[in-house]
Amino acid sequence: MHDHHTHEAAGWVWTDLLLLLPFAAAIALYIAASILSSRKLKNWPLYRTGLWVLGISFAAAAVTGPLAERAHTDFTAHMLGHLLLGMLAPLLLVLSAPMTLFLRSVPVSLGRKTSRLLKSRPIRFISDPLTASVLNIGGLWLLYTTNLYSAMHDSLLLHIVIHFHVFAAGYLFTISMIYIDPVGHRTPFIYRAVVLTAALAGHGILSKFIYANPPAGVDPQQAESGGMLMYYGGDAIDVIIIIILCYQWYKAARPRPSMTMNKSGDALH
Amino acid sequence: MTTLKDRRYAHEDRSFHSARNFWSGFLVGLGFVAFFDETVFHQLLHWHHFYDLSTTDAGLVSDGFFHAFSWFATVGGLFLVADLRRRKAFWRKRWIGGIFLGAGIFQLYDGIIQHKVMGIHQIRYVENIWIYDVIWNVTAVIMIIIGAYLTAKTRPKK
Repeated sequence: MHDHHTHEAAGWVWTDLLLLLPFAAAIALYIAASILSSRKLKNWPLYRTGLWVLGISFAAAAVTGPLAERAHTDFTAHMLGHLLLGMLAPLLLVLSAPMTLFLRSVPVSLGRKTSRLLKSRPIRFISDPLTASVLNIGGLWLLYTTNLYSAMHDSLLLHIVIHFHVFAAGYLFTISMIYIDPVGHRTPFIYRAVVLTAALAGHGILSKFIYANPPAGVDPQQAESGGMLMYYGGDAIDVIIIIILCYQWYKAARPRPSMTMNKSGDALH
Repeated sequence: MTTLKDRRYAHEDRSFHSARNFWSGFLVGLGFVAFFDETVFHQLLHWHHFYDLSTTDAGLVSDGFFHAFSWFATVGGLFLVADLRRRKAFWRKRWIGGIFLGAGIFQLYDGIIQHKVMGIHQIRYVENIWIYDVIWNVTAVIMIIIGAYLTAKTRPKK
């Protein structure tokens, strides 16, 4: 019995280390690119590197280690992991501007190809706020209102696919709303505002739905605390996206100097 | 020479921005009431419940959309104020009129439609709930009257 237990624990350490590899590689690549590209161009801001490391760490914490372990049996822990993986990590990573870093690190020809790819129809389609929101919030509805949630605990492949989707859809959603990296196709501010509000509503409604209708195999009390964590945690992270979106509008809508050449030029300050 | 475009940024002419003054107030008022509701009645007093078994599906959807909208309205409304200030076009009285109207209309909607018709939750889980309902909705109507008065008084001359 004891032997079996230690064996299992050792097994967990190995899979955990294996799972950590891509995250460690992502941090190493980013840091290497920031150092190498700063030799020729102006220094890559350190805070962006900090945001990247933080974002990757939160994503890693959601899929491996003690929190991920607890998430198998504890729905509230699962929900915390979901908030980290699907909302907080994507936001931090978007703010670290990885595409900008990539473009200034690679040869010009590859950079041009990438820009062209970003402007292509398929990318334009999936990075539209509406598509990104449906992928993001729709995916969550599918996960928690069908038997997908319980099926996820039986299949490793499904587990990986779902977690990857939660992260990727969260990232796509964030870049469709706020523009930090180069964007192939910009959409109007008001469109993004309306879709963001609808997505936030969809997230809030699902939180309360989970509170009242626990997913298969979830203890009702855990569903209540998990639902509330999803509701308020989602609010906390979404308000950051709202503030950045409005701030980007505020900067874009500033009065132009050419229009203020008369006595009201002081309106500029 | 003053063109139309120049006029937009002349600070004497705040009537040019009267609509934006009103709507930024309206959004901030709506957002403030929703924020107050959440902080005071849900979190501090624990009068409101996160979820009530009698909630209809429409109530759940309505609550979700209003909650999300009020979150955006608070932030967006305040950025609009910042925009008006940098244009020297902020019109306090009209803005406050907007606040009262936004706050009052949302509170009335919350008090009549969301609490009573859709049953998302009651103001407080006690007997004689009608007293709470009356105070809640009368407060809302008073805010609407003040807001309508201020808005009418600051209507820009055509």
